[in-house]
Formats: sequence, structure tokens, C-alpha cells
Amino acid sequence: MREGIDLLRDMLLVRHFEERCARLYQESRIRGFLHLYVGEEAVAAGVLGELEPDDNLVATYREHGHALLKGVDPGAVMAEMFGRQEGCSGGRGGSMHLFDAAHRLFGGNAIVGGGLPLAVGLALADRLTRTPRVTACFFGEGAVAEGEFHECMNLAALWELPVLFCCENNLYAMGTALERSEADTDLSVRAATYGMAAWSVDGMDVEAVQHATRRALAMVRAGQPCFLELRTYRFRAHSMYDPELYRDKAEVARWKERDPIAAFRGRLEAAGVLSPEEAERLDREAAARVDDAVAFAEAGTLEPLETLTRHVYADRGTR
Amino acid sequence: MKLTGREAMRQAMRRAMAADDRVFLMGEDVGRYGGCFGVSKGMLEEFGAERVRDTPLSESAFVGAGIGAAMAGLRPIVEIMTCNFSLLALDQILNNAATLRHMSDGQFGVPLVIRMTTGGGRQLAAQHSHSLEGWYAHIPGIKVLTPGTVEDFAGMLQPALDDPDPVLIFEHGALYNAEAELADSAPAVDITSAALRRTGTDITLITYGGSLPLCLDAADQLAADGISAEVVDLRVLRPLDDTTVIASVSRTHRAVVVDEGWRSVGIAAEVSARIMEQAFWELDGPVARVCTAEVPLPYPKHLEEAALPSVGRVLDAARELVGHG
Ligand SMILES: Cc1ncc(C[n+]2csc(CCOP(=O)(O)OP(=O)(O)O)c2C)c(N)n1
Repeated sequence: MREGIDLLRDMLLVRHFEERCARLYQESRIRGFLHLYVGEEAVAAGVLGELEPDDNLVATYREHGHALLKGVDPGAVMAEMFGRQEGCSGGRGGSMHLFDAAHRLFGGNAIVGGGLPLAVGLALADRLTRTPRVTACFFGEGAVAEGEFHECMNLAALWELPVLFCCENNLYAMGTALERSEADTDLSVRAATYGMAAWSVDGMDVEAVQHATRRALAMVRAGQPCFLELRTYRFRAHSMYDPELYRDKAEVARWKERDPIAAFRGRLEAAGVLSPEEAERLDREAAARVDDAVAFAEAGTLEPLETLTRHVYADRGTR
Repeated sequence: MKLTGREAMRQAMRRAMAADDRVFLMGEDVGRYGGCFGVSKGMLEEFGAERVRDTPLSESAFVGAGIGAAMAGLRPIVEIMTCNFSLLALDQILNNAATLRHMSDGQFGVPLVIRMTTGGGRQLAAQHSHSLEGWYAHIPGIKVLTPGTVEDFAGMLQPALDDPDPVLIFEHGALYNAEAELADSAPAVDITSAALRRTGTDITLITYGGSLPLCLDAADQLAADGISAEVVDLRVLRPLDDTTVIASVSRTHRAVVVDEGWRSVGIAAEVSARIMEQAFWELDGPVARVCTAEVPLPYPKHLEEAALPSVGRVLDAARELVGHG
């Protein structure tokens, strides 16, 4: 369980990490697809702060923040984006495929909806082996249009599996606004029809996310899946190839007024829990951790070509 | 003990589940119904509903759940009614099962077995009869087994469960009723190599799965004509055992590949290319292919028979090759 200052620290780490990734991308030091989480930090911080180290995490391609807050070393995450063997996936996955067995991170999955069945299976294994563990599964609201989402909601409810479904509703799936893809946009009402507890949460308010997660986890740990719709907004483009033709600058500006980090910092300062100096120090510390991560990634090495086909199978290369 | 292919697979599943509580079976109608082809009949009563798990009609979710459970350390056997329906789970098989080990740099493996029925010949028309094992054999990261004998129906499951990677078993529907005498403690078979089912000197018939019986028939008839045919059962389509194929072709100098998949871009094409690459100078003639005609399989018996590989078509191909050789 994370205290107020910890939550701020977590969000700052993610914010600095993401802003640095954007710069590194512009400098061509990170390539491929890069999806940033700027604006959505309160969601990962509020949920992941409530998980136990032994809980499972399944995430999407927009998962740097989730990996960091599950405890994966920022250096290993950054090295992954640099394609270095010191990365948390050996450099083979890149930004969209962060894995870490030690922290039970079962991947960033880049197929929309593709991680949900895995989460159901992980939870099924825990149910069959009577292991008291929760699987947190993150996905965007775009996944709600996929058949896999509906199959998995039903299966998790039918089999009473300990999955916390975390739907990050940032209103757009690439350029498609929710109301342009769903006949009924009330996602928690729809999730509830599968027979599980489901409700919507202000995803810009880290404490609201934390409280909702606590309540949901109590149900999940008692053996029922639960669905949270976390209403949030991404401040940056979908990926680095997005001219953002589909939304107004004014809309983005309005949401930025609700920046989850500034809001929470203000609240802590107003409550006298945090001084402006301390807040600045936290900010500098987060920046320094990201500097260290970049230095670690830059010092990383490239996998030799000889091992190109390693890990296709457990024992040997392909035949 | 005399067993059918269906009984042999059931016996293998029962033994695996009795020996290891990490093993469980899930799929559509595997429990109460007893399996859509009766393979798991009686297993629900024996092992209970937790380990013989009926699933909703959600191929993607339950195949993906099998992947997740395997990553978490269990040994699921997932049954898909027929390979046509497996396409609804293709995303999970290709994008998850086959990639997770590599993408995670070896941190996670997927020790999962997926069993499904394949093949035609039962007048089930164009959405229940296709042979898609060749498609799956295209995918690095999974293994593809195609038992063609009752022994292999009995013996392939355990090594597949022992394998640390995802293994797909394609069970030809026509072989569920094939019968053979099996020793009570059928030995585990290896799932890495092809098998020489019959030795010969003039020509090699290379095949697998449901086409094996017709190649053995054809070899009998060729013998009557004085043509000595060797029969290689590929057994495993990925990774393909080139060694056995190339050794045989190097002895007989002629090859016919018999594959129930469609002819274009299929297993027979792959085997033929490998022979060309590795044994070109051993050949006395071009490699011939007997495959399914390039149509969605039709319902009427005479049309379906004409579309599928048959003893007659294998004989024609073999005779022509030997005549030219
Ligand atoms: C099955 C599938 N279809 C399409 C895509 C291409 N794609 C990548 S991200 C994305 C939008 C998904 O939006 P959402 O689920 O809301 O998540 P967000 O990106 O907003 O976090 C799409 C369409 C994909 N990766 N997978």
C-alpha cells in the first residue's frame, strides 16, 4: 500500500520516463512503435500501488508505467527500448513487449485484447492450485469492441476467477472516439451484465483510483473478478506517428488542466503534507532516476547475431 | 489390447492426468458430452469438472487461457473441436503461444498441448473438413504433430506434455476408428522424427496423418506390379525431420509426397523443396505431389473423393514416376 508521497513519486517517475522517451525517439535512439502514458499516470500508480509483489500483471503496448510501478528496474525498461540485451526482455521485445518473470509481468501485449485470455489463464492456474493471488489485466477501451474481451469477461465471471480488469478509458482508440465505435458507451454498465462487480472511476485522481482498487481487490481476493473503468486521457499522440487530426487542441488543453500529477501535488501541499521544496526535490529525484536509466541503457550491448534464433524453442534454434 | 485411435488418445489423456495433477483438459463439450468425437468420454466422471472443464464457445478465450495457465506452470490439454474452428483462436496461437518465449527472451515458456481434429472424407463439407496443419507448420515457436497410427495416438500425448513448448496435435477424423493391437504399456514414442513405415527400393512415398493408410495400401498394390515402395511417415510437421526423408530418397531416387492439404504453398511443397535443396543429384525424376484439389471440400461423396488424395491418385503418380525414371 503506497502513501501519498509514494504515489506522487511513482507518477513523477512515469512522467519523466515518458517525456524522456519522447526526446530519445526524436533523436532516433528509440525506434519502432512508441506509445506514451503521459496524462494517464494516476491509473497505473493507483492500481499497482495496491498489488502485492506476487500478483500477476498483464498489460498492453502502452505499458512502460505499469512495468516501472510493478518494480521493474527503469534501466532494464529503458535498455529494452534501446534494443539492448540488458533490457527486461533481452532487447527482443522493445517498447511494446516488456516482460519480467521476477516481477510477474507477463508482457506488454500489442494485440488489442490479446492479453485478456492470458490473464484469465493465469487466474485459472491460481484457482486450480489454490494460490491466493490476483491477476491485474490492463487494456484500453478500444479492446471492448473485440470479441476476445467479451469471451474473457464471460469466462472469468463463469469460472469465478481472481482477475482485476482495468479498462483505461482514454476516450480514443488511435483516432476513433468511443462514441464512434460503441453503441453504448457506458462501459461499466456493460461489464456488469457479465455478472461481475463493475464501476467507473475518475482516472485522473490517483486517490480515487487507489480507493476503488482497494475495494475491488477485496472482492477479487475473495474470488470474484471485478471490472474498473478508469476514465482518463492521454495528453500526447497515440504513438509517435500521429498528427492528431481527430481531436481539438482545446479539448486536450482542457484535460491538461486536470493533470493528475499537478492536481495531486497541489492537494498534498494544501494539506500541509508536502512542501513546495520537497515537491521539487521529488521531481529532481525522478529525473535523476531516468538519467541513470538512460545511462544504463546507453552502456548496454547488442545481442550477437549468432543467437538470433535462440528462445524460439526451449532447447535449440529452429530447424 | 485392441484399441481405436479414439481410445488410444483417451487412454493417453487418462494416464497423463492420473500421473500429474498439473494436467487438465478443457474445451467445448469435453465433459458432459464426452467430446464432440467421443475422445474424452467418461473422463468427467473419473476426474471431475475442475480438471475436465467444459468451456463456452469461446475458442480465443479458452485457448488463450490455456496459454496463461501453461505460463503459470500447469500443463493444460486444450481440445478444439476441429481445426476449422481453431481459426477463431489463431491470434492466441500465433501471436501469443508461438511468440512469448522469444519476446520474453526465454523468461516465459508455454508448455501447452492443443489437440484438434483435422481432415476430410466424412462428407462434412467445406467448413468441417479441411487440413490446416500445414498452415500451423509455417509458424516458428510451435510444434506440430500428426499421428498416423494408433500407436502414435497413444504415444504422442505424453512427450507433447513433457515438451516445454506449445505442441499442436492434429488428429485425422478418419483415424479415430482405426484399430490396432497395442501392448498394454505402450512405449512413449519420440516426437522428433519421421518413421519408416515400410522399406522399399524403387520409390519413396512421403506422407503423414490420414494419408498414411492410403500410402500403405498403395505400396501393397505397387508391390504386386513389381514396384518396391518405401513409405515415410513424417509424423512431425514442425520441426520437420529432413534426415529420414533425404536418406530414403537417396536410396530410392524417386519421391511422391502425399498431403491432404491443398497443393499450393503446403507441406508437400516444403518437402519437395527440401529434397531439391538437399538431394537434387540423387533424383531420377521430379518430385511428385498428390494433394487435395484446390476447392473448398464439397459435400457429395463422389466430388469429395475426387478432391482428396486417394490410393488411385498415389498409384498413378508413382507409376508415372517409375515409368519415367
Ligand atoms: C487486434 C488489433 N487491431 C488493431 C490494432 C492496431 N491498434 C494499435 S493500438 C490501437 C488502439 C487501441 O486503443 P485502446 O484499446 O483504447 O488503447 P489506447 O491505445 O488508447 O491505450 C489500435 C487500433 C492492434 N494492435 N491490434
